[in-house]
Amino acid sequence: MENQSAILEVSNLKTYFNTEDGVVKAVDGISFVLKRGETLGIVGESGSGKSVTNLSILRLIPTPPGKIVDGKVNFHGQDILLLPQEEVRKIRGKRIAMIFQDPMTSLNPFMKISKQLMEITQLHLGYTKAQAYEHAIKMLDTVGIPDARSRVDNYPHEFSGGMRQRVMIAMALSCEPELLIADEPTTALDVTIQAQILELIKKLKADTGTSVILITHDLGVVAGMTDKIIVMYAGKVFEQAPTKELFATPANPYTKGLLKSVPDPAHEEGQDLYQIPGLPPDVAHLPPGCPFAPRCERAKDICRSEYPPFVQINKNHNSLCHFAREVYAESLQERGSQE
Amino acid sequence: MIKNDGNALISIHGLKVYFDLGGGTIFDKITGGSKVKRVVKAVDGVSLEIQNGETLGLVGESGCGKSTLGRALLRLTEPTGGQVFYNGKDLAHLSQSEMREQRKNLQMIFQDPYASLNPRMTVGQIIGEPLETFKLAKGKAIHDRVKDLMETVGLSSRFVQRFPHEFSGGQRQRIGIARALAVDPDFIVADEPISALDVSIQAQIMNLMERLQKAKDLTYLFISHDLRAVRHVSDRVAVMYLGKIVELADAKIIYADPLMPYTKALISAVPVPDPEIESVRERIVLQGDVPSPINPPKGCRFHMRCPYKISACTEVEPQLVEIKPNHFAACIRISPEQPDIDKVRANEAPGLQSN
Repeated sequence: MENQSAILEVSNLKTYFNTEDGVVKAVDGISFVLKRGETLGIVGESGSGKSVTNLSILRLIPTPPGKIVDGKVNFHGQDILLLPQEEVRKIRGKRIAMIFQDPMTSLNPFMKISKQLMEITQLHLGYTKAQAYEHAIKMLDTVGIPDARSRVDNYPHEFSGGMRQRVMIAMALSCEPELLIADEPTTALDVTIQAQILELIKKLKADTGTSVILITHDLGVVAGMTDKIIVMYAGKVFEQAPTKELFATPANPYTKGLLKSVPDPAHEEGQDLYQIPGLPPDVAHLPPGCPFAPRCERAKDICRSEYPPFVQINKNHNSLCHFAREVYAESLQERGSQE
Repeated sequence: MIKNDGNALISIHGLKVYFDLGGGTIFDKITGGSKVKRVVKAVDGVSLEIQNGETLGLVGESGCGKSTLGRALLRLTEPTGGQVFYNGKDLAHLSQSEMREQRKNLQMIFQDPYASLNPRMTVGQIIGEPLETFKLAKGKAIHDRVKDLMETVGLSSRFVQRFPHEFSGGQRQRIGIARALAVDPDFIVADEPISALDVSIQAQIMNLMERLQKAKDLTYLFISHDLRAVRHVSDRVAVMYLGKIVELADAKIIYADPLMPYTKALISAVPVPDPEIESVRERIVLQGDVPSPINPPKGCRFHMRCPYKISACTEVEPQLVEIKPNHFAACIRISPEQPDIDKVRANEAPGLQSN
């Protein structure tokens, strides 16, 4: 039954939003297992449901209009979706912590950094003020804020973007969570700062053994950071595989298109960049059949009429496509001819 | 006065853009403001030539002045000093009405397709407006030209009566491009044209821009912080740091063989979408943030973050020198004789002699 080392098991999670446009199935049947110390990457374009998935795990979906209509989120065998609010609150920030995309808006501009960091340990770990203050300094030091003792009483506006993201990470790691959810943690940052933050997350992960869910649209970021990847499109899992396998032999036309549309210094030379035609779908009005069919160059009649099966390529590799096996075989062949 | 050498469409000489933040007056003393006068040197002496028909990529971190440089070329921000030659005219010193006339040839594509289109105007009005202001067409001719432009950028002309909010980000960026193309310009400053778009849409816009360049013989200044994208679209790339150009070379060369420590770090910081390369790649992680351009450090502006720093770097301001043919860099620790900074002996600055 329950995998011993699995700390999070999401099964068939569905989060719908009631809007004027009708029901938006933002997340529609997502399942995955996360083991201790593992890093999972969730990749997708805007509106694919990657952030809603993670807000659902922490029950942070605004209700109404949103509602988790089905599914289980087993955290150490306990279904978070069934817990009373107070119990969820004990998990949030303590056992599962989250880093948000925009460090400019996720910190309270009217509160000193120290106070914002102290709140967590005082609440969750019952620290006294003095203990919490020392702990705040220690955490800032851990995330590489120079001269932490003199900076701890600053306000957020006195910090740069990269430093604010470090503060967010310090806050998230204050209670040594078992799971860290990082939602586009480096999107708002410059590349050199992004490199610093990614190195920091890697190092802290190695030191503490925390499991990480990394949500991003940047395939480069997940390539270096994760053990396995979920590719989302229109609220569905389109492909799920170990990182190396996903990049080497994708079994879904959408994943293949995404990988090809990133400029790659090694391959192209003066030629056009591959482009996925069309626009991301309107999740409120999905076509029958495969949601990607209108943009897919290999779409056949069956793709436009029938919803595709979730094909198992091998033990850890799944793809939502009528032609998953063909696409996979093609990728294998391309791979072979390259080497 | 320096003349165009024929092939350069735009040539920039010592362009400066300073922003006065105030301070240092009696009033400031009374009200407790800054005691010294504070000036942001956003662009501080940039000289560049943009060749006819090329795409010059301009990269750098936020706050390095790349957008200000782009805006100053078109006088959307007034330059503080320096010259910008276009067709033998110094754009930086034209009167407002003369400059306005030149804007027919010089256009801009903006970063945020949500903020750069008037929400109360239809697509037809937005694209047609430049035609009206420059009196390039009248009546039905405007209508035809707008439809034509929409098809050119890949929008159905059925949408001519729609408003910007009815379009997605990528489509809005296409509208912005159509508006820039309406006056048939020679030169377009594209300021982060793809940063706000989804990955699959970024490729569409880059391909569209390349196609238009070939069809209409356009010259681009492509400003972006996305080094992968810049490499893909550019012929040459200029790297900017704190208001100065620190390296300039062919796009392929600058990525394969960067000379400046800053460029090396910048390129190594970009994650590669290939787990096998990522797992073995060594990354130069720079310490600290970009310093404030209010009081840029003395000497080389990069010295506080540079792993190759020696004491001379804190005093001597490096000049942009041609280290290899058509490959310019501003670093005193390299020279045409010894371009590889890793081979330069400790504490030596071969570039100082050639200065």
